[in-house]
Amino acid sequence: MKDKLIYFLELTGLNWFVPLVKLSTGDSPKHQLQEFGKMVGVPLFAVVVFLMLWHMGAAKVITSLGQVPGPTQVWEQVNVLVDEHNEAREREVAFYERQEKRNAAKLEKNPDAEVTIRPYTGKETFFDQILTSLFTVFVGFFIATLIAVPIGIIAGLSDTIYSALNPLIQVFKPVSPLAWLPIVTMVVSAVYVSDNPMFEKSFITSALTVTLCSLWPTLINTAVGVSSIDKDLINVARVLRLGYFTTVLKVVIPASIPMIFTGLRISLGIGWMVLIAAEMLAQNPGLGKFVWDEFQNGSSSSLSRIMVAVLTIGIIGFVLDRITLSFQKFFSYDKNAVIR
Amino acid sequence: MDKYLNIDHVSIDFPTPNGPFRALENVNLKIDKGEFVSIIGHSGCGKSTVMNIVGGLYQATEGGVVLEGKEVNDPGPDRAIVFQNHSLFPWLSCYQNVELAVKSVFGKTRSRNEIRDWVNHNLELVHMSHAKHKMPAEISGGMKQRIGIARALSMEPKVLLMDEPFGALDALTRAHLQDSLMDIQAELNNTVIMITHDVDEAVLLSDKIVMMTNGPAASIGEVMDVNLPRPRKRLELADNPDYNHYRSEVIHFLHQRHARKVA
Repeated sequence: MKDKLIYFLELTGLNWFVPLVKLSTGDSPKHQLQEFGKMVGVPLFAVVVFLMLWHMGAAKVITSLGQVPGPTQVWEQVNVLVDEHNEAREREVAFYERQEKRNAAKLEKNPDAEVTIRPYTGKETFFDQILTSLFTVFVGFFIATLIAVPIGIIAGLSDTIYSALNPLIQVFKPVSPLAWLPIVTMVVSAVYVSDNPMFEKSFITSALTVTLCSLWPTLINTAVGVSSIDKDLINVARVLRLGYFTTVLKVVIPASIPMIFTGLRISLGIGWMVLIAAEMLAQNPGLGKFVWDEFQNGSSSSLSRIMVAVLTIGIIGFVLDRITLSFQKFFSYDKNAVIR
Repeated sequence: MDKYLNIDHVSIDFPTPNGPFRALENVNLKIDKGEFVSIIGHSGCGKSTVMNIVGGLYQATEGGVVLEGKEVNDPGPDRAIVFQNHSLFPWLSCYQNVELAVKSVFGKTRSRNEIRDWVNHNLELVHMSHAKHKMPAEISGGMKQRIGIARALSMEPKVLLMDEPFGALDALTRAHLQDSLMDIQAELNNTVIMITHDVDEAVLLSDKIVMMTNGPAASIGEVMDVNLPRPRKRLELADNPDYNHYRSEVIHFLHQRHARKVA
């Protein structure tokens, strides 16, 4: 039970709690307390030092929007944003209630009357925007994975295809999302024409920009992983006369899973970073748009609200990385490999 | 031509920036069914190349290999290979490693139960039933090589090819595995080609020792029949004059007549 719990904690990257678990089962208390202090105490101390430096430094810089916000002002804005979200939800509920009442009254007068429920069109709250951003990045990342993994496998298996693709990969890899965006916008406007669109154009544009930028690490890592498979393992497949697809499925993919996941992890990180810039320009209603709108708004609380967004982006990025790390550890056959 | 396995005037060139490099020149060898043949020579003399040609992993530039009247052009389970570094799939358990081989060779002709029994039988043969659900990373090097042998045997090969199968193991483990291999050989009477650079191993296990000259353009220097009665016992052989004679023959070949020019 204890070992299983520790394995789970290590798998999910919650190593901080491992000493606590060991402590609770009476496993050399002194040593475990030391471990806990090292894993939790030291980082905690560093955070406190950072907050203090931030507090003191911020007070010294005066911008046209007033003083640069310190940790206290930012925390205030966190509360404001939560309140705004709750208020918006109440308004939404009230809006639907009003409609239902009105419709009920209409139907009472005339049972054949046509009634409709109109959707609530209030402004998105900060938390709606987080969800939009997450959904956008996942769609972009998902498309990137669908493209990058198969191409990476084919390129890794054939030197000819690899050398054909390599210059393209090297040229497109360093391109900034801000350079892709105008092109993607124009192409989406031209191609994605529909009277009743399922998705907003801004969403498609942002997601595709994420795809274009997060494709490369997965592609390169998959290709390198596939091409560096032990030759003898491929020879075993040849001796067994496995077909091309069986070899890929039973030998190539399992052997290169660790490298594929390393690539996916880097890709998701890049995708999340790119997304914010893409949303700013494409006006996709996510965190990027939030930052842009606050910047244009220019009220005395704008900088604090942008800082809330910055911290949120950072924390979500960290959590996403931990999740992919857990997947990486789970799918890797070499459980002893050190993965950071 | 009527032998079981016929390595017929095989030469091979490898392309290099300075033109083709002739690794083997005119290698000619005939092997009977059920014979245990060792190929011995200094490192880099092309022993493994011979085996890879028989295995179908390399194509001979000249000449060819004929097995039971059929020419060998590509790799196949009738010439199962035991690799030096075991080459088990690290994401499959020991049982699954053998099962993958059995399924790809007999998947269409045998029932699920027959396949399961056959996998278990082969694991039993190498004394690894107790660890069949362990992952390769969890067992020792000698055990991994046992699984490698079980996987090769499970394909029911016409010729079993072994590329320095015990080269990466410590002396004690190696002796254990050699004894196991002799037991298995007594039971199944396979045709085996084993690459080795260990003189004792070659004399102990083989019916025939093929000694190769040094490369480039390596060829067969001498073929020696080992007429020691089976079953052979390591301890008894230590004082056997015939055994010591065979041993010194091989050592003389390797270290006097064909000593490596660069040490």
